[in-house]
Amino acid sequence: MTPLLRFEEVTLHRGGRLLFEALSFELGPGERLQVTGPNGSGKSSLIRLAAGLLRAESGRVDRSPLALADDALALDRELPLGRALQFWNPSPERSMDALGLAHLGLVPVRLLSSGQLKRATLARVAASGAPLWLLDEPLNALDADGGRKLGLLVEHHLDSGGAVMAASHQRLGGEWRKIELAS
Amino acid sequence: MIGALILRDVRRSFTGGAWLPIAFFLLVATLLPFALGPDAKLLGRVGAGALWIAVLTAALLPIERLIEPDRADGVLDQLSLHGIADETIAVAKIAAHWLTFGPLLFVAVFPAAALLDISRQDLVRVLLSILIGTPGLAALAVAVAALTAGLPRAGSMAGLLVLPLAVPLLIFAAAFCSDGERQAMALEAAISMLLLAGAPFVGGAAIRAART
Repeated sequence: MTPLLRFEEVTLHRGGRLLFEALSFELGPGERLQVTGPNGSGKSSLIRLAAGLLRAESGRVDRSPLALADDALALDRELPLGRALQFWNPSPERSMDALGLAHLGLVPVRLLSSGQLKRATLARVAASGAPLWLLDEPLNALDADGGRKLGLLVEHHLDSGGAVMAASHQRLGGEWRKIELAS
Repeated sequence: MIGALILRDVRRSFTGGAWLPIAFFLLVATLLPFALGPDAKLLGRVGAGALWIAVLTAALLPIERLIEPDRADGVLDQLSLHGIADETIAVAKIAAHWLTFGPLLFVAVFPAAALLDISRQDLVRVLLSILIGTPGLAALAVAVAALTAGLPRAGSMAGLLVLPLAVPLLIFAAAFCSDGERQAMALEAAISMLLLAGAPFVGGAAIRAART
């Protein structure tokens, strides 16, 4: 089976500091991987590298189509949530429903709470149809119900042949393969 | 997606600050008779060139909101993940910026020309030079906005970058307005096209560089 994400001997420096060296791993369909490590250890950089938004000094990263949810909202604050999400995907309704946002479709994005905004970025990922999901600190600002809904979405995504890589120092629901970055 | 991006930027601009540069332009045009005195002959003679200075300064106002908000909010990252090249993003930004700047400015030239007692013949030339020059000016604004995105004091930096680079545009636009020479118009068009052709690559590279 071809992996959805493959790191081969990847080395990354940021701000004159070595974050990781000769990192190699593969992520295949149905697999989930959690990147752990203390603050500043390079979890987010690893996610951005996997997304292709950063370039490694050496090594190779191969990736299939992916969707990313990080701290950045990337939704127009003056628009209702439904329309703001529609800019990225024509039909976000099912994902909004899965994350408990269905009743907020007409509420302007600027009025939503930080937990609801987090759900919105996760809904964009779920609606993308991309086989690879990259989640940077997905549990930040999320309540217990949100965490449970995200867990269900992840299970469903894995069952349909997708893969998930998440960076988080918190415990994520379910069985995750782990990569630990040293500080 | 490109069409959607242009439409979105045009919508955001009209609900945001698209009127500000135009109001600024008209304000400068209003100040000129106060500064130079109400001598209609003098105003008519310097009016066209003065209007172009007003155009350049007005073009500085929107620069900070062209690229930086989308960079800070992750919109540029998400567009890149949707497989859109950074150069294409820059093209869309230029198109959207011109649409919210060029036509409004074109209309604003009429009251400004009346304030400065610019003759009908000169007014046609000013309008033509605005039509030719503003696409290049919009391209320059987007390129500089991308170059300064995320920097502290980006607004002042952008002014220092845009105004010198806009000097050739100003020279030929003003020359065409004052004596109506075709060569001046052709050179203004050439510079405008040069800016249009180069800006997407500069803007795209700058967007990419801002990411790392």
